[in-house]
Amino acid sequence: MLDNNQLLRFTTAGSVDDGKSTLIGRLLYDSKSIFEDQLEAIENTSKKKGHEGVDLALFTDGLRDEREQGITIDVAYRYFTTPKRKFIIADTPGHIQYTRNMVTGASTANAAIILVDARHGVIEQTRRHSFIASLLQIPHVIVCVNKMDLVDFSEEAYNKVINQFEEFSSKMLVRDVRFIPISALLGDNVVNRSENMDWYQGAPLLHTLETMHISSDINKVDARFPVQTVLRPQNDTHRDYRGYAGRVASGILRVGDEVTVMPSGFTSVIKSIDTLDKSLNEAYAPMSVSITLEDDIDISRGDMIVRSNNKPEALQDIEVMLCWLHNDSAKPRAKYSIRHTSNEQKAMIKEVVYKINIETLDRNTENKDLRMNDIAKVKIRTTKPLMIDSYRDNKTTGSIILIDDATNETVAAGMIKY
Amino acid sequence: MSKYYLNYLDELESEAIFILREVWAQFDNPVILFSGGKDSILVTHLAKKAFYPAKIPFPLMHVDTGHNFPETIQFRDDIIKDLGVELIVGSVQESIDEGRVAEERGKNATRNALQITTLLDAIESNKIDCAIGGGRRDEEKARAKERFFSHRDDFGQWDPKNQRPELWNIFNGRHFEGEHFRAFPISNWTEMDVWNYIKRENIAIPSLYFAHEREVVWRQDSWIPNSEFLVLEDHEEIVTKKIRFRTLGDITITGGIESDADTLEKIAEEVSGMRQTERGNRSDDKRSESAMEDRKRQGYF
Repeated sequence: MLDNNQLLRFTTAGSVDDGKSTLIGRLLYDSKSIFEDQLEAIENTSKKKGHEGVDLALFTDGLRDEREQGITIDVAYRYFTTPKRKFIIADTPGHIQYTRNMVTGASTANAAIILVDARHGVIEQTRRHSFIASLLQIPHVIVCVNKMDLVDFSEEAYNKVINQFEEFSSKMLVRDVRFIPISALLGDNVVNRSENMDWYQGAPLLHTLETMHISSDINKVDARFPVQTVLRPQNDTHRDYRGYAGRVASGILRVGDEVTVMPSGFTSVIKSIDTLDKSLNEAYAPMSVSITLEDDIDISRGDMIVRSNNKPEALQDIEVMLCWLHNDSAKPRAKYSIRHTSNEQKAMIKEVVYKINIETLDRNTENKDLRMNDIAKVKIRTTKPLMIDSYRDNKTTGSIILIDDATNETVAAGMIKY
Repeated sequence: MSKYYLNYLDELESEAIFILREVWAQFDNPVILFSGGKDSILVTHLAKKAFYPAKIPFPLMHVDTGHNFPETIQFRDDIIKDLGVELIVGSVQESIDEGRVAEERGKNATRNALQITTLLDAIESNKIDCAIGGGRRDEEKARAKERFFSHRDDFGQWDPKNQRPELWNIFNGRHFEGEHFRAFPISNWTEMDVWNYIKRENIAIPSLYFAHEREVVWRQDSWIPNSEFLVLEDHEEIVTKKIRFRTLGDITITGGIESDADTLEKIAEEVSGMRQTERGNRSDDKRSESAMEDRKRQGYF
């Protein structure tokens, strides 16, 4: 692999019948990422189950319960590499009762693959998956019109799906949508160009994933550096060293930049940006570095170093699009711990503004109970201000989770100022 | 304008450093589980980077089965001296002597499963609230579902169906007294990524990974090294082969492959052409289709 090869994370959501597992199996198999002993194990299972040939879908079955039930329950991560890129697949179940798993898989994705069965066109599930991709602001969406072999590789059938998709997706906020006609089962337009669809001029799926431009998806404007921990070596070579360790959330920080520490508001100038290998003149997202300042200011975990001429808002009342993740429903006006970057405060859900019916995408202002897999616009009040950006501008400083103090469980995840 | 994006290895490195710092910030008493294998060496190297210019602020812990490659123990002791950090050893032999566990019997008996008790005992007696491991999601199908921050109940058990969701880069390490976490900073690395990074950073690894002459016996489709613990079957024969190991575990169960790769460049090249998974040579994983999941549920690494 070349030195400048990037990492691309994409998510797939799907249920048993739409060919998701077959597609992933196909990508891994055709890119030679499945090893012989894994293939052997799948061959044996395929035989035991009486399948003809090798069932590539079996490759993605993980836990014993999932193998027994033949479904994906949780998010599973898969890896493959081509000479152009390294890929991480967040493979999630597609049914409505696993919305929370889809949201989890989508949270770190650069791209989403949405599978549509060419025979059935856009169905409720397609709308739901697209809505989640849009909700989590995945920058690139690839709609794979699958099972083209079952519609005689017909261009007409493909165009019909495109039209249906564009009709409903015009309301959504996805910047980049592409369509590819494929047959995951036979391999058409997955890794290799299809010989059955001359009418399709675009690239196969893998080539699309390999060449898609992703470096401009990172926010390079707003310099944000949440402090994770303070490094004080107190050894002979670094007696007075006081470094703020963290990962650049967005933007670019340079030595000599005038910075403000939030929430205290103290200002200083960046003295050095250090790593074990060398000291740097600048750091950008998502680099992990240690920053020292010219002035001795009290800074600790939860604080954020930002450029003085571009600060996030410090707010205690925030509007959040929340996805409820836990079996225990939200308790009215109950207090939770809220995590935002490295900062933790207490918070209360003051109001559920509306719930979204994720089958129809309608807003529901009547039923405001928050149960597992619900997505709702809520108003949250925190005990101290959070230094926030809107999720649309900045995923790291625009996202939160809620933790139930009684159980320590993560019960909800949210996107700010949605 | 210069490029403002990281390549894949730099991004994986940065992610691992972020996780290691989160562990340090969220837990009182973490350790790195150190086996002397390449993955735990990599995690240790990344921890060095995460806390530079301070030294690694927590100990390394080795679960010693007593069935070691001598090279591994030497390597472990050297690295401890170099880093100036504390070493905690949990001894499987002691667990056996104290009657906490019993040796397996039979031809393919190993101390692999016995490690679980020793590991959990060491975690409890040292009041460890987070054990950082070198597990990777690409290793095995049960590991594909593992979280970066993975909760263990007060019996040390993993409940794969009831894991905390992890979104974006927000990690929840909150736990009650007696519970602990396992943290996996290199979850997203593949075997190939590990080798490419070791090569790039020129990280020292035990000589066992490089091709060398060794007395071995052919068993369960791989070359098992001769050692004081090896019991030969009638039909088996000790031969000398040029081999190397892709993973390091107990000397009794770690199979080598025939190889001429005696430099990091050659190893990386060899691994990229491999058609078998690295754990394919580990007889501990061959026992059943869910061998790893079952051990993990009980508290295995």
